[in-house]
This record gives sequence, C-alpha cells and structure tokens, in this order.
Amino acid sequence: MKSTVAFDEMRGSGKGKRPREPYRAVAAWVEGQPGAELRRKSAHAEQMFRRTGITFAVYGAEQASERLIPFDIIPRVIAAAEWRRLAAGIEQRVRALNAFMYDVYHRQEILRAGRVPADLVIQNSAFVPEMMGAEPPRGIYSHIMGIDIVRTAENEFFVLEDNTRTPSGVSYMLENRETMMHMCPDLFSTNRVAPVERYTEDLRATLESVAPAHLDREPTIVVLTPGLHNSAYFEHSFLADRMGVELVEGQDLVVTGGRLMMKTTQGLQQVDVVYRRIDDDFLDPLVFNPDSVLGVPGLFDLYRAGRVTIVNAPGAGIADDKSIYCYVPEIIEFYTGRPPILQNVHTYNCRRPDELVYVLENMAELVVKEVHGSGGYGMLVGPTSTRAQVELFKKKVATTPEKYIAQPTLALSTVPVLTDEGLSPRHVDLRPFVLLGDKFRLTPGGLTRVALKKGSLVVNSSQGGGTKDTWVLEE
Amino acid sequence: MLGRTANDLFWMARYMERAENIARLLEVGHRLTLLPHDGGDAEWRSTLRSAGCEAGYLARHGVVDTRTVVAYMLLDRENPSSVLSCLMTARRNARAQRTAVTRDMWEALNSAWMAFPAVAEAAIQSNELPDLFDWIRDRSALFRGALLNTILRNDTFWFTQLGTFLERVDNTARILDVKYYVLLSENELVGGGVDSAQWAAILRSVSAHRSFRWVYRDAFKPWHIADFLMLNPQMPRSLRSSYAEIVAALSGLAASYGAMAPCLAMAEETLGRLLVSDMSRILQSGLQEFLQDVIVGNNRLASEIASAYHFNG
Repeated sequence: MKSTVAFDEMRGSGKGKRPREPYRAVAAWVEGQPGAELRRKSAHAEQMFRRTGITFAVYGAEQASERLIPFDIIPRVIAAAEWRRLAAGIEQRVRALNAFMYDVYHRQEILRAGRVPADLVIQNSAFVPEMMGAEPPRGIYSHIMGIDIVRTAENEFFVLEDNTRTPSGVSYMLENRETMMHMCPDLFSTNRVAPVERYTEDLRATLESVAPAHLDREPTIVVLTPGLHNSAYFEHSFLADRMGVELVEGQDLVVTGGRLMMKTTQGLQQVDVVYRRIDDDFLDPLVFNPDSVLGVPGLFDLYRAGRVTIVNAPGAGIADDKSIYCYVPEIIEFYTGRPPILQNVHTYNCRRPDELVYVLENMAELVVKEVHGSGGYGMLVGPTSTRAQVELFKKKVATTPEKYIAQPTLALSTVPVLTDEGLSPRHVDLRPFVLLGDKFRLTPGGLTRVALKKGSLVVNSSQGGGTKDTWVLEE
Repeated sequence: MLGRTANDLFWMARYMERAENIARLLEVGHRLTLLPHDGGDAEWRSTLRSAGCEAGYLARHGVVDTRTVVAYMLLDRENPSSVLSCLMTARRNARAQRTAVTRDMWEALNSAWMAFPAVAEAAIQSNELPDLFDWIRDRSALFRGALLNTILRNDTFWFTQLGTFLERVDNTARILDVKYYVLLSENELVGGGVDSAQWAAILRSVSAHRSFRWVYRDAFKPWHIADFLMLNPQMPRSLRSSYAEIVAALSGLAASYGAMAPCLAMAEETLGRLLVSDMSRILQSGLQEFLQDVIVGNNRLASEIASAYHFNG
C-alpha cells in the first residue's frame, strides 16, 4: 500500500500546530467547548433530524426503515478565494457539458471530429435516441447538477464525478445549515458564512426560466416523485414545499387534449414544468419502459412538441456516464476553446488495451469502478482490499473491460469529526449544487460527505458515510 | 391542491381524532372495571362496540378481559383502529403530504408516533394506564394546537377540519348509540348505583363530566346527557357543534373555490335538523333510530365530499 499523507483541511499538511486561516475561528470554538458539551450538541442535532423527519428510506424492516444520515457537528470551511476558483471551474464545466448534450442530440460535431468515440455515445445506455433533434428551452438539458469534487492538497482540487441526471442531497445541505445555526449560533456571529437558503428560490427561478415559450400566465411547476418509498422522498417533498409547488406522483398527472394536467380538488389543472425525480426509463410508458407505472403516458410527445418542459431533460445522463467522464477535459476544450480550470482525476479507461494492462498489473493500488455503477456499490478500493478481493476483481475486469474504469487512490483531504475519543480526521468530498437556466446559479458550499469509518475513502451514505455543514467564508 | 393531497389530509385528521377517541373510550372502560359494580366483560364489549372493533376483536380473541382488550386497542397492528395503527396511518398520510403539513404539525405527529410504542409498553408493564391515556390526549392536543396555530386558512385547513369533525360526529354518535339504554332510564342523576357510574362514564369519555354540571344546573335527567352531547351548542364535542364546524369548512371551500358542492347542502340540512330538534321529540320517535340516521348520514356525507373534491383523482 502506497503511503500518502492526506491533507488535513484544519491543520494543513505542515508540522505546525496552528490551524489554517479559514478554520481559525472554528478551531478556537472547538477548543473552547468542554468535550461533553460537543457530544451533547451532537446528540441534540440527531434528535432534531429525527423529529423533523429528515430520513432516507431503506427497504425492508418497518420502524428501522427510515434511517438518518449521520451528521457531524464540526463544519467544513472553504475560503472565499478557494471558492471563487471552484465556482469558475464548475461554471465552465457545466456549460460545456450542456453544449456537449446539445451537440450529441443534434449535429454531433464532436463525434465527427473524432474527439469523443462515436460508439461510446451512440451505444451508451444513457443515450436517448428519441431526443435527437428535440429543442429544449434555452438549449439546456441538465438544469440541476451536482459536481463531486475532492481535494488533495492546499491548491489541488479534482472533479471526481459529474451528476447531470437527478442529483440528490441538496436538502441535507439546507437542513445541515438550519441545524448548525440552531445549535451553535455563536459560531455564526464570529464567522462570516455565506448563506445557502436562497437555493430553493433559485431553483424555482431556474425552473420558471425554462417554461415553454409563449405562456400568457405564470408557469405551473410540479415536482414528480416516484412516491413515499423512494429513498430520496424526503428531499422531493422538502423541495416542493420550499418552492411552494405541488409534489405529484404519476397517478396525479394525465395527458389530455394536448396538455399535461394534474388532478386537483377543483378538477384538472394544466402543468408547464415538471421537475422530475424519476429516471428516464420510467417517464413515459408509451416511449420508454412500458411497464412503468411511475410516469405519465403521452408525456414525452408533449415534451417534444414543446408543450411542457421536463427538468432535467430526458437523455441528460449521457453527460455523466463514467465512460464519458474521461473525455470531459476534451469536451471543455472543444466547446469553450479553453483548457479546463478544474482537472479530472486521472482515469484509466479499461476499454483501451494499453490502459487495461496497466490496470490489471496495478489494481492493488487503484480504485476500480463500474462504468454504470453508483452509490459506492460495485467498486474496489485496491489499497484497503484483501488479495482475494483484488484477484476476483481482476477476473471481472479482464472479462468485460469496457464496463470498468480505474483511478489512482487519491489521498482525499480530511476534516476532523467528533468521535467517542474526541476529534479525529476523516476523509471528505464535496458536492456543490449547480442550477442552470436563464442564469448560472451556484449555492456557496454544497454537501460535504464524510467517510465516518477511520481510514475509509467511501463517503456514500449507503456505505455508512455522513455529512457536515459546509461553509464558504465571505471576505 | 391535488385530490390525493385532500384525501390524505382528510384521513390524517380523521385518524388523529380517532386515536384520541379510542384512548377516551379505553379510559372509560378501564375506569368502569375499577368500580365495585364491575359489569365484567359486558363493559369491554360495549367499549369494543363503540370503537367499531368488536367483530375484529372476537375474530382474534376468545376471552374479553382488560389486558387483552387494552393491548388490542392500543398496540395491535392488525387492528386498523388501534391507537398505534391510527398514529401510523396519520403519520403516513402526513409524510405523503409534507408540503401541506406545517413543520409544527409534523413534529407533533412524528414525535408522538416515535414515542408511543415504548410509552405504551411501559405503562402496560407498570400498570399505569391512566397516565398513558393522559399522554395520548396530550399528544393529540399538541397536534391539534399546532394545526390551529400554524396551518394556512385555505383548503388545507378546511380538509383537515372536515376529517376531524366527521370523525368526532361518528365517535360521539357511536358512544351514545351503544349506551342509549342507560340514557332512557327514568332515574334522577343522583345517588349511587350502576346507572350513575355509566352516566358519569359517558360524560367522562367526552371530557365533559364537569362542564355538564355547569350547563344543566337544575335537577337533571339522564336524557339531559343525550341533549348535551347531541344538541347543545356550547358543548364542543356535541353533534350540533361538530356539524357547525363541518358546515363552516364546506362553506370555506365553496368560497375559496367559488363553487358550491352538493355536500354543503347535505351538511346544512343535517345541521338544520339538529338545530330544530328537541330531546323529547327525539326520544319519542326513537333515540337509537335518530343516532343510526346520524351515523349513516355522516358516512354518506364523507363519500359525497370525496367525490365532490376528487379525492381519488
């Protein structure tokens, strides 16, 4: 196992005991708290989350079927200058990804130029041929995105993953802040923390800005959820509530007379913008999965006719496929004419024979991921796996190399978390939430996910990860 | 508002009201078993009947005793009207409609649901049932208070009001229906005896054993209790008061939607009947028939409301 020292965001990588500038006030606050007081606050926070019902559903057992994502009370802090650079890089990236989607669903210049292999796009299960030639309002496919970023040193940030389909977690970002302000108001009077609460207003403004053209009234927006049993149901209802729009299921919608209608207490009412939190496959049984009961028959035709806007657009998944990820730097250069501001993590594409050889020879030091996997499932973290696990994965990769990519095991930065034995560093990543409509809107900070198991690099909530409040300091 | 939302709000409120009513019924049943004239399983049977649970209970249990009845009505998941089931259903409806339910309402309901099983088990173990009944009433009051203090006075409010008061009418009518024979007694409401305990129990079940004495100051007859619970405009759980709330809610809906639904006329007619009725005439034409009419009419009104406001799409 390669020994890499992780960058400690509070203490820095130097030997000095002085905390880094952005963390100075937080570190002083933590030191000023008696140990028991922090633990009391932490327990109180958990109680608050449980009472307000901020849970994610787990299939199976009854009372235990709603679990909390653990919340850690020590905030994660990002300096204003650091954030400016991240924001510029994120804007460049999401604009390029949208230009890429417009292109692959129209003239396919980038494929013709050979900068991205055509079969990688056309044969991709996330590519929706029915979207060819469609004209989404403002030419935007992915209006709501989460860009996963990791840090490895004082000035080293990488994009680990793009989420252009239906990224989740934004409700945790908002509730984490609520909880912190409630529990530790003194921290906010000594730090100038950029507020995040504008997010739901921004989301509504974004959705309104992409309503079908020529509406002579305020657009009616809905959030479309698969229902109560979906793991992100809390978030769906949270967002609908904060925006003041209806939370609907497929059964509440019907296409009639060339319009999308919802079934209200006063009869049918027309809907203009659907923020959908169901997958492409389930949107419309007439076009996609015929067995779907979650969607609305006829919805896709209305969308193609410009009578209703679906957000994010069907087919937006083509931009966050892990096999496309390797090409994002090229995509940015192709559409913006500039080098990327934020770098990708170096990625070995197992479909390339030379890179496959490297991956098979060095697997024990790599992180190997399934191209279509998500949520931390189906991946191998070489350095923390047993020899047998590595050998098993080698066989899988050798059999179907096109299904895998590999990356060097990064020393993700750490931020202290509160444990039973006091503060202890744990690895984190960051998911800023991006909105793209009439404007680019980026909420300062995002969701920090933290691997609560000591030494673990897997931050996914399904794998025992937790979250932290994330601060961007104002100057 | 979605028809499905209206449906969920209506039933959320109904089940919260039902949870409280079940606790009240149990409280009275339990109290009667503590009296020297304990009627044995007859009391528990009439409690089960008032709660509409008798058939379901007898299908599962051979004996009718305090322990079994209390467990069935408090904690049995198979019994859709147990307090636990009511809280679960109310919470599921509220969770499905988090956008319409205020944070205060949700927290009151959710914390009740989270704490109830442990609180109930502990109370049963330590034989402190009266404490538990108080606890349930407190939680219900907290929810209702949060609702009244925080909910927007729009269709959200009107649909929850409808759920609350249709359930309350049903409950009050059922208590009287099961106990009507006690109310027909010619005895004065004084002295001891089984009847007196029964009368006190009926009043207690609607938290009215003290207010009753303030309203009927002179020598009263048992049928005054029926009058109090059915026709009295001051008594907040009387049929008349509940129907006044129902009419107000349906009028609120009609005003905010700018359209009158047939269910409003139905409710107004029932309210009108309660306004002009007097107890002696009701007793003459048959108390039980009158109550049966109320229960059946109340059910019909509920389904009229569901269809007028597209509860099922």
